[in-house]
Amino acid sequence: MPLVLTDEQAMLRDSARGYLSEHAPVAALRRLRDSRDAEGVSRDLWRGFADMGFTGMLVPEAYGGLGLGCVEAGVVMEEIGRNLTASPFLSTAIVAATALARGGGDAQKEEWLPRIAGGQVIATLAVDEGAKHDPRKTALKAERSGNGFRLNGRKAFVLDGHVADLAIVAARTAGVAGEPDGITLFLVDPKAKGVAIERTVMVDAHNAARIEFVDVEVTSDAVLGEVDTGYRLLEGVLNVGRAAVAAEITGVGDEAMGRTLAYIKERQQFGRVIGEFQALQHRAAHLFSEVEIAKAVVLKALQTLDGNFDAAAPIVSIAKAKAGQVATLAVQEAVQMHGGVGMTDEFDIGLFMKRARVAQELFGDSNFHADRIARLNGY
Amino acid sequence: MADLETFRAETRAWLEANCPPEMRLPMRDEEDRCWGGKKWTWASEAQKQWTERMVARGWTAPEWPTEYGGGGLSREEAKILRTEMRRIKARSPLDSFGLWMLGPALLKYGSEEQKKQYLPPIVRGEIRWCQGYSEPGAGSDLASLQTRAEDKGDHFLVNGQKVWTSYADKADWIFCLVRTDPKAPKHEGISFVLFDMASPGVSTKPIVLISGKSPFCETFFDDVQVPKGQLVGELNKGWDVAKYLLGHEREMISNIGVMDGGSLGAVASRQAGLSRDGDSADYLLRADLARFDVDAAAFACALERTGDLAKIRAAHPALSSVLKYYGAVLNKRRHELLMTAGGSDALEWEGERSKDGVAAKSWLRTKANSIEGGTDEVQLNIIAKRLLSLPGA
Repeated sequence: MPLVLTDEQAMLRDSARGYLSEHAPVAALRRLRDSRDAEGVSRDLWRGFADMGFTGMLVPEAYGGLGLGCVEAGVVMEEIGRNLTASPFLSTAIVAATALARGGGDAQKEEWLPRIAGGQVIATLAVDEGAKHDPRKTALKAERSGNGFRLNGRKAFVLDGHVADLAIVAARTAGVAGEPDGITLFLVDPKAKGVAIERTVMVDAHNAARIEFVDVEVTSDAVLGEVDTGYRLLEGVLNVGRAAVAAEITGVGDEAMGRTLAYIKERQQFGRVIGEFQALQHRAAHLFSEVEIAKAVVLKALQTLDGNFDAAAPIVSIAKAKAGQVATLAVQEAVQMHGGVGMTDEFDIGLFMKRARVAQELFGDSNFHADRIARLNGY
Repeated sequence: MADLETFRAETRAWLEANCPPEMRLPMRDEEDRCWGGKKWTWASEAQKQWTERMVARGWTAPEWPTEYGGGGLSREEAKILRTEMRRIKARSPLDSFGLWMLGPALLKYGSEEQKKQYLPPIVRGEIRWCQGYSEPGAGSDLASLQTRAEDKGDHFLVNGQKVWTSYADKADWIFCLVRTDPKAPKHEGISFVLFDMASPGVSTKPIVLISGKSPFCETFFDDVQVPKGQLVGELNKGWDVAKYLLGHEREMISNIGVMDGGSLGAVASRQAGLSRDGDSADYLLRADLARFDVDAAAFACALERTGDLAKIRAAHPALSSVLKYYGAVLNKRRHELLMTAGGSDALEWEGERSKDGVAAKSWLRTKANSIEGGTDEVQLNIIAKRLLSLPGA
């Protein structure tokens, strides 16, 4: 398959770009932040996403979705990155939808997928427990209790956790933290007894939460996939999320670079525009090269998920590692080249740096994924 | 699609039957490369067989038209051929500046007569070409070149000196930039000519490099007569040909950023006896290797994507500067890491154990990657100007 967008995918990109720049530009994120919006997302925008078909992109047609692929989801994510759009698209339409579509039984799919596609629910995956992503270290305990399970433990960095109608929780049903075996995914109602949710206001003004589970009872119907062997399902779901975040962060970096290029073509010092200085030109040219490479590897990862899902782990890690590294460079150069105004809250460029930092951390940072590549290559 | 799958199956079967086992072993160094030319001596019977069989199908130049000896393959078919060759680790049957650089320039700018005369011997590896571009006073500022070609009616009289002429002492012919109008602005007085290195007045002198090898020469022209039919493109429009050809040279150099054997980390960590449970110094090397593997794999995607964009005519020509720049940086990093992993073993310069210092010599050779074909700095200038439209670049 050629490593370029098809005509249909390019059309989707254009329509997402048009829609988001009109309805969810950076100014919209500022409004959510500055008004200290209790939900941190716009319900109107989410309904708009449903009207555009974004909410159901990864939901199979049989459940009211569009049944599109990861490339399409990535195309929208890249535009979300350009606009710093805060929405449940990642948590719900990508990660939770993938988890349910790939791991869910008929009843679970029937219950949740049509409502995800319709934009009626927000759903999320709760996986991290410590400050660094590492799903094998899942320790939240799920013990058999009567006909079901009892959950005890904590989760952190749960996207949209405080507004979610459904939490997909990775828990340990056997073995010890550090082992891939013994992990099970559960569908948990965030309003259930024993669930305590603390919204964590983050540096990027996007939603996250810490969740504590104390003797939370779930029935055996709440198991997503198989008991004890959920790691494979979890990794597959995470890989979709990782590639999607890699697409988003590439959009963040590309937009930050674009805005910076525009700025250095206009800002004058020493009687000329600063973009004439070779000290900036070479750094900008190096950054452009890095961004081109990030775009290529991200598209490759998304295509591989669509074409050969089970073999996608290496290229997804390469994409997440590379995209994170490149976006980090992009936003740092962006702030530096903007000089003093880059440090002001009034200028948008700092918001790109904030989002890039969060997206870098999300589902494993560049070090986590480079380490995975080393292991996969046998060293 | 079905046709392509048939082509893949046939290609696979043909390669299986025709690529000798020795030609599927990794090249130990530059000496294992087949360059062809009048002075060529085959390294082995297997090398001869392999090159001749590929030549017979035109697959040394898979995408060139069959009328000029090429394979006449579509881009998709050529991609399949490359993939299938990589699958069995087949060596390149023929490498040459004729294939990589002159050929594409002739296909675009050459007359029909020139194409018929020069292209088939390139495909067959009969004539080895060298590139007369840089001069002592014209490196990064290539367009300031001073080698003169005076109009003498039926021929040009060429006088001057070139430098960094790769393999000039082994080449049969040269494609050469010469100044045909000294009064015109520097980009507008240059012409692109071809001539026989055996012409009276041509002499070469190899330059010993830090690697101890001499792939480059100084080349001198003293009243060399060049028939006018050997001018490519229009008189004084040679800079267009030169730039187009440089684009191909950059693509060629950028490919060095991609390693045939996959993960560098896997190779280097074995060399260094690296393990996940090693000491702290190992951890730092392992981290460097892992980051390199990520960058190299990502870069391979960029090469693939640029090729695919070119197919639909959506690739900006200056993207070759991005690839050349990045490929050179990566290849230098690769050899720095290999030297670090190799430790004192990699420092041996002579003897059987080190294969006459192949690690150290390869490492030193890579330092030219960011100089030849336009330095890193020149590539960054081109990117700044043509892709980013930065003022004054």
